[in-house]
Amino acid sequence: MKLITVLKQVPDAEARIRAGSGGVDLDGVTFVIDGMDEYGVEEAIRLREAGNDVEIVALALGPARYEEAIRTALALGADRAIHVETDTDLDPISQARVLAQVVQHEGADMVLVGGKQADWDSAALGPALAEVLGWPHSDWTTKLELAGANVTVEHDTDDGHESLTMPLPAVITTQQGLNEPRYPTLPNIMKAKRKELAKRSLDEFGAGSGLTQIVDQQIQTRERLGKMVEGDPATAAAELVRLLQNEAKVL
Amino acid sequence: MILLVTTAPGGNLPKSARELVTVARQLAGGGPVAAAVIGPESAASQMAEYVPQVYSLSAAELEPARAEAVTAAVQQVAAQAGATTVLMAANRLGQSVAPRVAVRLNAALLEDVIKVSGTAGAYEAVRYSYLSRVTETVRTVGGDATVITVKPNVFPVADAQPGGSVTSVAPQLDATATRVQVGQRSAATGGRVKLEEAGVVVGGGRGFGSAEAFAQVVEPMADALNAGVASTRAVVDAGWRPYAEQVGQTGKSVAPELYIALGISGAVQHLSGMNRSKVIVAINKDADAPIFRIVDYGVVGDVNQVGPALTEAIKAAKGS
Repeated sequence: MKLITVLKQVPDAEARIRAGSGGVDLDGVTFVIDGMDEYGVEEAIRLREAGNDVEIVALALGPARYEEAIRTALALGADRAIHVETDTDLDPISQARVLAQVVQHEGADMVLVGGKQADWDSAALGPALAEVLGWPHSDWTTKLELAGANVTVEHDTDDGHESLTMPLPAVITTQQGLNEPRYPTLPNIMKAKRKELAKRSLDEFGAGSGLTQIVDQQIQTRERLGKMVEGDPATAAAELVRLLQNEAKVL
Repeated sequence: MILLVTTAPGGNLPKSARELVTVARQLAGGGPVAAAVIGPESAASQMAEYVPQVYSLSAAELEPARAEAVTAAVQQVAAQAGATTVLMAANRLGQSVAPRVAVRLNAALLEDVIKVSGTAGAYEAVRYSYLSRVTETVRTVGGDATVITVKPNVFPVADAQPGGSVTSVAPQLDATATRVQVGQRSAATGGRVKLEEAGVVVGGGRGFGSAEAFAQVVEPMADALNAGVASTRAVVDAGWRPYAEQVGQTGKSVAPELYIALGISGAVQHLSGMNRSKVIVAINKDADAPIFRIVDYGVVGDVNQVGPALTEAIKAAKGS
């Protein structure tokens, strides 16, 4: 079976980001493969290690710098990769329409995509991709098992979790709890350099210029009081309650 | 026409539904607003206290809610109502369904918004990005319609405007819409207030040292404050608490009036789920913990000692 893992490359979570007049300034920021997408790559590899005959294709839509994240996926265990290269910030719905064309052309059985993107804080790509493809999906997946022509998953809901069984092909959005992603080894990083990375242009897909546009970005951190309360536990607790009642007025 | 869509867990309208009414009225500017209520007809009747035209979708195939079935039902009602703007809560179900609806209606999607203005075809919304560290303004520039998911617990709940009428709609769900089979379900929270609706949230981290210590300190404090309980990723990974309580990038995002962080060091991923809280309190034994950089009030100390003392002080204050 063919598995496609969709990747994003995002600023490292610990990276300090700034905002300039043109929005978020990513100059000098360290980029990494989106942690949410790593769970998908890892899960695909585990399906192969469990004895399934699996081809893993990494798929990414983004600027040239994404290549590093794609190479990471290849070093982790993806067999080959497709990079739709563009500098256009296409909204997730429009991205889904592009990626679906590649998925259809590849004839994949399952697409794994991170549950929420660490740059746009968007959870839309997986469900939108499933809809364009006409496939079922599972979001916030924490467990996945193949069962013949079906896949059975555990996923989080608003008030707990539930198990779902759906026919393949399907889109699975991944998150923490699904697995513990491995690190690439040096020999595999070297090997990844020789794996196939096909470049495609966004123009091939008739994407248009998107449905939404970001017009402003600000770093907005709330001014915090930063007051440290001292004393033994009982004293500190009493002072804290006094402050919350009289100063913050939230009790 | 602006159509808001809500489910009715337990047969009742959630708080987020009345928040959607506020947004819908705001965007309609006096124009028509309709609501689709997925759940028992009694919940649709509740909605008729707020919205003039209510579509009641009550079908076995929609309970429990599955993304594809709900998507088909929303598409049907949107067509019937002539809606070009669809509003849903940005909870997990909304975030699962809204992108599908957007694809189906060839609509632009505005996700998890905290402000929205404008008119159909030219909406402008404010939302968070980059792990909630950036506030961005997004504009719709295309599409035949707009689907908007609204961050829960941000907008005020609407006042009643009774006298709405309820129309029953039999959802036409084909085999595709119902192909996902739901197996075992578990609702994780007991009688406690829902995390995403809570005005106060008590969060716990690995600083407790054990699941027992977490429960012994966090739960009584949450009870005393009628607060929701939140957990960090590390705590959930360790199996101390259920995923449904997880706050952060991979969990829920909350912005209560008061967030009390107990034994939480403050990893960015956790902060992204709570850094928009109005007032933040932290208790941690490590004075250098990153959480102290974003607190309004901090106590350096052992959560297993300061935590119970705080609960007692809260109880004493509330009793007075």
